[in-house]
Amino acid sequence: MAGYSHSVGSVTYRFDDLKTLLARATPLRSGDELAGINARTAEERVAAQMALAQLPLCVFLNETVIPYEDDEVTRLIVDTHDAAAFAPIAHLTVGDFRNWLLSEQAGVATLSAIAPGLTPEMAAAVSKLMRIQDLIAVARKCRVVTRFRSTVGLPGRLSTRLQPNHPTDDPAGIAASIVDGLLLSSGDAVIGINPASDSATAVGHLLRLLEAIRLRYNIPTQSCVLAHVTTQLDALNQGAPVDLVFQSIGGTELTNRSFGIDLALLREARQAALELGRNPASRQVMYFETGQGSSLSAEAHHGVDQQTCEARAYAAARAFDPFLVNTVVGFIGPEYLYDGKQIVRAGLEDHFCGKLLGLPMGCDVCYTNHAEADEDDMDALLTLLAAAGVNYVMGVPGADDIMLNYQSTSFHDALYVRRLLGLKPAPEFEAWLETHPLPEMKEVIPLLTA
Amino acid sequence: MSSASSLRDFTSARVSLGCAGSSLPTGPLLDFRLAHARARDAVHTPLDIRSIRTELSESAAGLESIPVRSEVRNRTEYLRRPDRGRRLSAEDQATLAARAGDFEIVPVIADGLSAMAVHRHAAPVLGLAMRDWYASDFRVAPVIVAEGARVAIGDDIGAALGAKLSVVLIGERPGLSSPDSLGIYLTWQPRRGRSDAERNCISNVRPEGLSYEAAAALLVFLCRESLRRGLSGTGLKASLSQVTAAGSAARALP
Repeated sequence: MAGYSHSVGSVTYRFDDLKTLLARATPLRSGDELAGINARTAEERVAAQMALAQLPLCVFLNETVIPYEDDEVTRLIVDTHDAAAFAPIAHLTVGDFRNWLLSEQAGVATLSAIAPGLTPEMAAAVSKLMRIQDLIAVARKCRVVTRFRSTVGLPGRLSTRLQPNHPTDDPAGIAASIVDGLLLSSGDAVIGINPASDSATAVGHLLRLLEAIRLRYNIPTQSCVLAHVTTQLDALNQGAPVDLVFQSIGGTELTNRSFGIDLALLREARQAALELGRNPASRQVMYFETGQGSSLSAEAHHGVDQQTCEARAYAAARAFDPFLVNTVVGFIGPEYLYDGKQIVRAGLEDHFCGKLLGLPMGCDVCYTNHAEADEDDMDALLTLLAAAGVNYVMGVPGADDIMLNYQSTSFHDALYVRRLLGLKPAPEFEAWLETHPLPEMKEVIPLLTA
Repeated sequence: MSSASSLRDFTSARVSLGCAGSSLPTGPLLDFRLAHARARDAVHTPLDIRSIRTELSESAAGLESIPVRSEVRNRTEYLRRPDRGRRLSAEDQATLAARAGDFEIVPVIADGLSAMAVHRHAAPVLGLAMRDWYASDFRVAPVIVAEGARVAIGDDIGAALGAKLSVVLIGERPGLSSPDSLGIYLTWQPRRGRSDAERNCISNVRPEGLSYEAAAALLVFLCRESLRRGLSGTGLKASLSQVTAAGSAARALP
């Protein structure tokens, strides 16, 4: 492979291979600078985007960014590629693909039909040419609906994950946050706890607490405790009520190894949850979280830019027909996404790429205190994502996660954006809110000791 | 919403905030903003090296200290380039190499992501630990005060001084309710390239979290065990429930 080049005026820019071209074409972000793979000048970046625009999509089927022999995520991408689904767009370049995505031709059904024919690198490539309005306009046309006890992703709906974390996993503390969230119409995607303690016993306790509250109030939602997948499996084998199995995943085999997982383990976990069959009517039992920068952080990026690595994580996710997937876009810190501008763009890229690849994308709209970002940036991203049709966002009391020490979106934030854009919660949850008495803490307390 | 007023009895989370329309009322809006402002100030407050060194030298033990810098030139670079914050500047490599000796412990006070935490808690906690180290006749190097530093700068420092064990007291990533949380990291045979799993961490040191006395007692225990058994990290962590290996911590090191 001789590489790629593009001339601008008298200067010819050369790019050694596909991953270098993708990295140079990526809009500025601190993680790619940290990795030393970003464009060296603003002009080089646009030259790379121009070269990328002229690249036929079928090149991505012949040149991998990480070798097939070295990486099981690459093997998954190549081995599961659907040539028939790809056929209608096989003649397009990346630039033409952008035009096509924005055209009337690319409707809801067509976009669903081509999704299995797209590789994550194609999705990442076209996103690099796009402005924010393109990322929003096309994502809004993608529809990915998933079902467990509630239905998430329907048009005109915005769901939330109620995230009632507590620094010591105190049951009453967690229950108080759940009650507060339910009173503010949060929790229709999932009630999901990040546990402070990663033990099967602790996970089992928390799952039984969630189950008691859900059954007592007949809430049409599902629960999850976001421990390591092996801990959840242990809890499941000990009889814990595991609705959804959670795991953080990345876009390279090495990243996943740094998380202590591989694809076989995820298959095993999905099988266990299906066999438990908490909702026999649903086969969507997985919940994945991702985020740009995880591969670089694990020194597992192979010189691939962080946004392309992220899109590859979605290719891993879609092999497991997940109920929920969300990017945790600002959690990782300013060395990967420096400021509000970078976080906002990354959140919209992730949502777009995930949806285009056929995933039920949500987003943890969030930031840390060492990033150049604040609640205004989160308001902007939340509003843009809701306009783009995001399936769900987080609901954290007052936006302040007292366990993970970062700021996400609040119950109030979801109410704001639902009201602003006329969005409703999942239909089952909406009906429940209208017909059932909301929980009171004094009634929940006995459940904690039951 | 009558029951909602009682939710705060059960958690320090921001529950029962009320509503203005469906949005946040002005009171809690500004409370949140104040907490964020404090956390931001903690991240960007420069390390006051002179007052830390004065505090150390005027302490009961009259501690000698040596100021050093990482390869980082300013705070913006510090946030963008964690790799440079992990490396000791070439000039200070030489300074410390000239002071190399047969040390068992080198204490390092580093700004990390919250100089505020270091200003408030580092000298008092270290003072308590020092009492025990001196009583045990450990050979302790001068205190190194490091600016623009990440946890791993203790590896370069320990290697340059020839110390068996580095103890890095560093400002943790500020949370909204904890802008001044101090972390303490131990590394046996510090040298460049040590992984996080080879360290032990004592975190959330501050009056509202782990007290000075409790933190110092843990530190002393871990140092003694580390020196006795010749290791640190996951191999050492099993012995004490409150101590975790840094590699298994839920979030990234400062």
